[in-house]
Amino acid sequence: MAVKVIIPTPLRPYAGKQESVEMEAGNVREALAGLTTRFGELKKHLYSDDGRLRSFVNVYVNDEDMRYLEKEETQLRDGDIVSIVPSIAGGARK
Amino acid sequence: MSVSPLRISDALLRRIQAHGVETFPHECCGAMLGRDSETSREVIELLPLANRRDDSPRNRFEVTPSDVQMAEKKAREMRVDVIGWYHSHPNAPARPSEFDREHAWPWYSYVIVSVEASGPRDTKSWRLRDDRSAYDPEVIESVAQSASI
Ligand SMILES: [Zn+2]
Repeated sequence: MAVKVIIPTPLRPYAGKQESVEMEAGNVREALAGLTTRFGELKKHLYSDDGRLRSFVNVYVNDEDMRYLEKEETQLRDGDIVSIVPSIAGGARK
Repeated sequence: MSVSPLRISDALLRRIQAHGVETFPHECCGAMLGRDSETSREVIELLPLANRRDDSPRNRFEVTPSDVQMAEKKAREMRVDVIGWYHSHPNAPARPSEFDREHAWPWYSYVIVSVEASGPRDTKSWRLRDDRSAYDPEVIESVAQSASI
C-alpha cells in the first residue's frame, strides 16, 4: 500500500529534512521499519534498546491513535497517513 | 548538528520563571514557539500548558500528543515552529535529570527553571546529544526584545 509517513520536527534533521516520506507498507510496523531502513539515525530515537517503540513516540493512522487500533499490526490502505507525534515528558528526579 | 545559542527576550524568560513560581511546588511546562535556522534559534512566543501528570506533579511533567498537536497548530498559524519546551524543577537544580534524558527528543531546546519557595533560581537550556548519551548545555542569549513575526 502506498502510504505517507509524517515526520515530527525534531526528527526531520535525521530524515533528510523532509516533512513526510512516501513508501509502500502493509501495516504500521512495516511503515516504521521502512522509515528506519531508509534513515538509520532515526532508529535510536524511535526505539529503545530492547527494540520497542519508545513510550513518548505516538503513532496515528489518519488521526486515530494506533493504540486504539491494532497497534503496530494496524493494517494500512492506499493513501493512509501515518503520523509520528511526540509527547513530552520529564521531571526533576526519579 | 552544531548548536547555536538560544535567543530569548528577557520578558519571555521572566514569563517562564513566573509560570514556575505560579505552579510551585508542582512542575510547570509549556511550548516555546520560534524560528530555527543553521545559524540562529530564537523564541518568539510561549504557550503555557497544563501539567498532565496529576499523579506526581512535584517531580514529573507531561505534555500529551494532543497538546503537542495544538502547540504545532498555533505555531503554524504564526508561521513559526515549536522549537522546544520549558519546565520547572521545584527545589531542584536547573539541569536535566536521568528521567529527562530518557524521555527527551533530539533537536528541541529544553529550558529548565529551578524554583524554590523564595522564588526562581537558575534558568538553563539544554539539547540532547545525537547519540542520546547526555544533554549538552545550550547558551541562552537574552535579548532586550523579541524579533517581530
Ligand atoms: Zn526535568
